[in-house]
Amino acid sequence: MGNLIRIRDLTVRFYTYEGVVHAIDDLDLDIRQGETLGIVGETGSGKTMTALAILRLIPYPGRIESGSIVFFDRDLHSEIELLKLSEDKMRSIRGNKISMVFQEPGAALNPVYTIGDQISEVFLLHQRRELGKRANKQVDRLLRDGDGLAASIKRPFWHWQKRLYNKIAQESNPFEPRFLSHVPLFRRLLWRLKNESKLLTVDMLKDVEIPDAARVAVHYPHELSGGMKQRAVIAMALACSPELLIADEPTTSLDVTIQAQMLELFRRIKVEKGASVLFITHNLGVASEVCDRVAVMYAGSLCEVASVEELFLHPSHPYTKALLDSVPMPGKELQTIPGALADPLNPPSGCRFHPRCPSATPVCQQEKAKLKEISKDHMVACHLF
Amino acid sequence: MSDWKFMARQLVKNPLSLAGIIIISIFVIIAIFAPLIAPPPEGHLDHYMIPRDGYSATPKLPSEEHIFGTTEGQYDIFYGVIWGTRSAFRVGLVVIGIVLVTGILLGSLAGYFGGIIDEVIMRITDIFLAFPALILAMAIVAALGPSLRSVMIALTVVSWPSYARLIRGDILQVREEDYIEASRGIGASNFRVIMRHALPNAIYPTLVMASLDIGAVVLTAAALSFLGLGAPEGYADWGQLTSFARNWIVGPSSDPLRYWFAVTIPGLFILFFVLGWNLLGDAFRDILDPRLARR
Amino acid sequence: MNTLIDIRKLKKHFPIVGGVLRRPVGMVKAVDGVSLTIKRGQWLGLVGESGCGKTTLAKTAVRLLKPTSGNIYFDVPDEVKAEIEELQSLGRNNSKLNSLLKENDLATFSGSRVRLFRRRAQLVHQDPFTSLDPRMKIKNIVAEPLTIHRVLSGQARETAVKELLQTVGLSAGQLNRYPHQFSGGQRQRIAIARALAMKPEFIAFDEPTSALDVSVQAQILNLLKELKSEFGLTYLYITHELLIAESVCDYIAVMYLGKVVEMGKPEEIFHTPRHPYSQSLVAATPVPDPKRRVGRIVLPGEVPSPANPPPGCTFHPRCSRASQECRELSPALELVGNDHYVACFHPL
Ligand SMILES: Nc1ncnc2c1ncn2[C@@H]1O[C@H](COP(=O)(O)OP(=O)(O)O)[C@@H](O)[C@H]1O
Ligand SMILES: Nc1ncnc2c1ncn2[C@@H]1O[C@H](COP(=O)(O)OP(=O)(O)O)[C@@H](O)[C@H]1O
Ligand code: SF4
Ligand SMILES: [Mg+2]
Ligand SMILES: [Mg+2]
Repeated sequence: MGNLIRIRDLTVRFYTYEGVVHAIDDLDLDIRQGETLGIVGETGSGKTMTALAILRLIPYPGRIESGSIVFFDRDLHSEIELLKLSEDKMRSIRGNKISMVFQEPGAALNPVYTIGDQISEVFLLHQRRELGKRANKQVDRLLRDGDGLAASIKRPFWHWQKRLYNKIAQESNPFEPRFLSHVPLFRRLLWRLKNESKLLTVDMLKDVEIPDAARVAVHYPHELSGGMKQRAVIAMALACSPELLIADEPTTSLDVTIQAQMLELFRRIKVEKGASVLFITHNLGVASEVCDRVAVMYAGSLCEVASVEELFLHPSHPYTKALLDSVPMPGKELQTIPGALADPLNPPSGCRFHPRCPSATPVCQQEKAKLKEISKDHMVACHLF
Repeated sequence: MSDWKFMARQLVKNPLSLAGIIIISIFVIIAIFAPLIAPPPEGHLDHYMIPRDGYSATPKLPSEEHIFGTTEGQYDIFYGVIWGTRSAFRVGLVVIGIVLVTGILLGSLAGYFGGIIDEVIMRITDIFLAFPALILAMAIVAALGPSLRSVMIALTVVSWPSYARLIRGDILQVREEDYIEASRGIGASNFRVIMRHALPNAIYPTLVMASLDIGAVVLTAAALSFLGLGAPEGYADWGQLTSFARNWIVGPSSDPLRYWFAVTIPGLFILFFVLGWNLLGDAFRDILDPRLARR
Repeated sequence: MNTLIDIRKLKKHFPIVGGVLRRPVGMVKAVDGVSLTIKRGQWLGLVGESGCGKTTLAKTAVRLLKPTSGNIYFDVPDEVKAEIEELQSLGRNNSKLNSLLKENDLATFSGSRVRLFRRRAQLVHQDPFTSLDPRMKIKNIVAEPLTIHRVLSGQARETAVKELLQTVGLSAGQLNRYPHQFSGGQRQRIAIARALAMKPEFIAFDEPTSALDVSVQAQILNLLKELKSEFGLTYLYITHELLIAESVCDYIAVMYLGKVVEMGKPEEIFHTPRHPYSQSLVAATPVPDPKRRVGRIVLPGEVPSPANPPPGCTFHPRCSRASQECRELSPALELVGNDHYVACFHPL
């Protein structure tokens, strides 16, 4: 399996009044084709910022200082350096090839539009060609099957529509349809595009197991429960068949049984759509349920990356071990990690975890450990290895 | 006490709020040292009555003896504005003080207990708010007979309802907070919850409004005096001084600006007083903004 | 172990107001007939999904809310309760019953009686970011119960506050700080110190770690364990995470839509759950251990609104075993094993 995303030496800092926040430090991470990669870590460990860096959406006082993020485009068979891309090109990637689902399902939905409108908007924005193709087929059918007086009157219009939809399907942003879409009355010629996007929307909603999808499509966000909203957001993110779906704590605000439904959905997405998923969570249990590989972050740096079984059965980094030990499990003494989370303003020198690490050595204080492969598919950043 | 230091630094950092502080401090100094700045003449009984120099209606230009000139009826403008500062403070502080106490009391009762108490208090405020404030104030002064005290009563009556409503709204919001429930959970009485937790967290918007309103109250009092519904004739009061100047705003046609001082000087005092409180109120609003205070 | 708290047929309904006249147009049946006993020294876990009435039950039990109906006995001898039951079953409204209820039933207390009771039972809120007054210093927050109940004052109070803070693992040097200067875990410790100030016998915790990180959660849970054995406390611990309940509690009650559907020892609830809902809850809980993976049961649908619960067994629309009986009748809690109760017509 090849890589989809290759992150190297990514450094993100926030320049705030209190000082420089070291949000991400020298992060190296690969996301492979068709896998679900989990990122786990506690609050402020830099999970969200890693995701936002891939989309180049780091919020204001923050900046991507250095590093590279390479995206391997499956359709074009080419490597794209995301950090060097123009903002215009980046916009055509966001929501299209890479899309994101946030923790709060409400935040991604506009309260004044119906669910259906918002999803069809995505199709109209990124999938015009596909819509043109589908509309073309409709017109073809009409031209073939239509007879009688009404059809013979409409026939010239159908021909015109066919020409328009053909252009939309073949060129990017052709002149004639674009012009007509601004002319009253004539813009009605393009109605089939909207219709097709509505149909696709309902399909999409069905795909994420929303019961009664056609009815839900005309609802406003506030009329839906949290779980339904999150499903709708996922449908929106999947609308353009992205190559990478980033999900930032998508189940944190949901109940256990609803969470179980969502996890099932994510497993299905991976299998059926063949998309890679970057699944961010602070819940180790959730990560072990959906992910193929898991990356553990602490205070902006990566500690350990391994396949799920390997990580949970043979955790190697002292932080991973400590974190797993602090998860309440029946019949197990609850262990705590001494001290408090590292202060992102003055992160400890060397290995970020050394002040709390039971096996810290003097070298840990001075030097940051590089990520090392200790066994197949198991990378650890620790001086013990 | 780093909080106070923080607030003080915020106040001084902003040039506008600094201007507000300076203006109000100057007025405070004028009010305190009025007897030194404008000493009452020998044998003058009531210091708040402006000494007059003759009975002629025509104002006299500023001179050695009357540095701001005299106004209609030969009242000394300088003496009037200096001692009028005291009247302004008295009206502003007393009215706002009473209004604050009443508003906070009724508003927090209504907001905290809700139900029938809330209903009754809010309907009463509705009745008061149904009248235009200035008209209602004029009616009250007219009924009580024109005097500074009537003006103060009238202003209190027309202002308290908006305070009661404001504080009620804020208490209503704070009442739902977990820490209010937590303090009930450790056995605090309603009185203690209101005084220790609800009010301290809800009162800041009201205090900001109060400091903005001191200027407004003085302005309304001046307006009432200007209409002849204020202090007795000759009382040191800025509104009254402008009222005296009413006929002299425009001088003789040969020299229309001849009596400029009669209206401009008391007017400037009113202007700066109101401006000072407004700047100060805005500054308070900025530093008491919870987003800043939580830092 | 004798019984400390005995909750009987407790109901708490909230009116839904609507219309211009703000008349009640319905009832949210947040807690709908819960009977529960908590033994002295027990650590009772209350689990369930959000909106099932856990918080309401805890707040009603410590009388932060007034119950709609039902009885709450706090440290009342069994004979007295039996006598009340007997008088109640006679049905008549006699004065003896009323005076007994007034004396013993927490549900009828009001005013100063409730405030006196606050010394014995405390609640720790869910969100440590909202449960501390932002304009108060830590020392005043922790000292407030002592001030209110006039137990200590002056120097003695200050010493007591320092000790309390040390007990929960905070240094005494932070007395003069404000809540916003602390992290979530530290604030929760402050809230716990405040709850401990009056040396209560019983503390209800409303998801005290749900806003905290895993490693901080572990610290708080260990602190609770220590405090419990040090002061001989009784806990009611609310959580929506079964793993926590299983690993720390002595006894567990599972709630669904305002009712307790199953009670039992943690091992039994987790390994041999008898109620279909508990079973799917267990199955839905993600476990960070690829070896311990129970068969996945994905429960269809969502929790119905407590304003309009389904008739019969409230779980029947989502239940795979539901029969006609379930749609019409409401099952009662019944003993199915050693200290194991289930409210289901077709237990597993
Ligand atoms: N707007 C911001 N201003 C300053 N620092 C920020 C901002 N957003 C995030 N950070 C910092 O970046 C770090 C990583 O944050 P984040 O990626 O959101 O963590 P996570 O998602 O793992 O909880 C944190 O230390 C946080 O303090
Ligand atoms: N003060 C209130 N007024 C009206 N409804 C309430 C109130 N408190 C809780 N509820 C309702 O009661 C139900 C149970 O709430 P709660 O006890 O908070 O559940 P949980 O703690 O299990 O999540 C919810 O549907 C909630 O909306
Ligand atoms: S009583 Fe019936 S519907 Fe309810 S849980 Fe049991 S089997 Fe399911
Ligand atoms: Mg995050
Ligand atoms: Mg709750």
